[in-house]
Amino acid sequence: MKIVGHNLTTKESFYFFEIAKGLWITSRHFIYNMYFHIAHLLGKYPEVPAAVTVQYPEEKIPLSKRWRGRHRINARPDGSPRCVACMLCETVCPVQCIHIVAGEHPDPAIEKYPVSFEIDVTRCCWCGMCEEACPVDALYMDTGKTPEPGFSREDLLYRKEQLVKELPLPGCQRSLNAPGQGPMEANPLGL
Amino acid sequence: MYLDVIITLLKIAIVFGFVLNVAAILSWAERKQSAVMQDRIGANRADVLGFRIFGLFHPIADTIKMLTKEDWVPPAGDAFVHTLAPFLALFTALVVFAVIPFGDTLHIAGRDIPLQIADLNVGILFIVAFGGLGFYSVVLAGWSSENKYSLLGSIRGAAQLISYELALGLSIVGVVMAYGSIELDDIVRGQGQYVLGVIPYWGIVAQPLGFILFFTAAMAETKRVPFDLPESESEIIGYFTEYSGMKFGAFWMGEFIEVISVAGVVTALYFGGWQIPFLSNQGIFIPGLFTIPLPHLLVVLLQVSAFGLKVLFFCWFMLLVRWTLPRFRYDQLMAFGWKFMVPLALVNIVVTGLIKYVF
Repeated sequence: MKIVGHNLTTKESFYFFEIAKGLWITSRHFIYNMYFHIAHLLGKYPEVPAAVTVQYPEEKIPLSKRWRGRHRINARPDGSPRCVACMLCETVCPVQCIHIVAGEHPDPAIEKYPVSFEIDVTRCCWCGMCEEACPVDALYMDTGKTPEPGFSREDLLYRKEQLVKELPLPGCQRSLNAPGQGPMEANPLGL
Repeated sequence: MYLDVIITLLKIAIVFGFVLNVAAILSWAERKQSAVMQDRIGANRADVLGFRIFGLFHPIADTIKMLTKEDWVPPAGDAFVHTLAPFLALFTALVVFAVIPFGDTLHIAGRDIPLQIADLNVGILFIVAFGGLGFYSVVLAGWSSENKYSLLGSIRGAAQLISYELALGLSIVGVVMAYGSIELDDIVRGQGQYVLGVIPYWGIVAQPLGFILFFTAAMAETKRVPFDLPESESEIIGYFTEYSGMKFGAFWMGEFIEVISVAGVVTALYFGGWQIPFLSNQGIFIPGLFTIPLPHLLVVLLQVSAFGLKVLFFCWFMLLVRWTLPRFRYDQLMAFGWKFMVPLALVNIVVTGLIKYVF
């Protein structure tokens, strides 16, 4: 692609008129935004935005359906976690942030259950490979929440008790079994 | 005699109150105006007991931050000079307001009170002199920091200040020629005349080129973008480097006070000072037609408010220029000052002289 420029015309080489044009552009932005800020204060034109800022955490930008947030462990219809401690997520995790200790489950159809399931959020790179690897519809990253700032390493270590209580964000839920229920009729994201 | 002292102290209190409050508000306005110009909202999170009031607590937060920082003096440097430099910066920025008239003579209780703190007969030279003294704070700050890069930054700043002082002084010569006096009070009163019957003889009508030159040179003198190469907000190492806490706050506030002083001088010289067109001390006065008398106190109040509004407008305008234009490179800056502004200022003087001679 050839970039065509031009030498400065005489009027442009004074820079004064160009500066005035530039100042007029920013003044225009100022006047427009100021008008709508004052109008918002008086309660008029609430649908016209006066700024492109999203005031987090009061407002949030809408997330996509596949957005990967904090993890959750899906639950069976009887309330127990679906995880069978197969260690697939722990193995595939590229930064080795998942630590599972397996225990024997009394039901022989479900052989194992996780005694402890810890995700170290200081290591997690939010790649989603653990979500893809889980074969039993247990681990999902569809809560739509970001990890909250913590003041200690304990705050940033998510344990099983905390992970089973999370719920999916409506509109992002990707599990084929709804939490605490059986299989859903349709594909949740419509994919 | 004591009453005179009290009246002067009152005038100082009014001017200081205005200047220091507007300087603090300018630091807030800088963030908010730049935000509104850039389609953002700006800083609005500092709150006291849940009240945010558009982020007006941010200057207070800044001040608390600066007051609680460690007051560090370079161990190998000259501690006295290091502490002196920010005081000099603040002093030379503030003292300029002593000669700017902010209102007409107030006739009250049988006394005539000129609304100007010091009616010196050197007038504008006082402003140029103390603006030039501001250069000392730059040099002393860099020199006493015992830091080679601060020294280089202060040399850069000093070279810039000296270069643009010439253009500043020469453009003032044009104003002095147009109004025939060097005292600011006479210049502001001279702007109450009308040219061609209806156009007030403001400085910008008499000296349009002089206004552009003076405004540009004054922005370079106060090291304001687009001329802020000495320090450019920590993008380049400058003479502020070894200053922390309130000493840096003194430099920073000194910059905002200089913005207001430039705005004040520009309105006094070029935009009629406290004059409102068609308002004289007898009331609304349309030349050749009619006069509506107004009470004297009301007229003086309107004129003082007009001065304040014009100063605020020029502060707004300087913030607008700051957030619109890119920065000058150092060689471009020096070439601009010496090879463009000084010849133009001289041309301005020659043309003004010719017009004065012919008419």
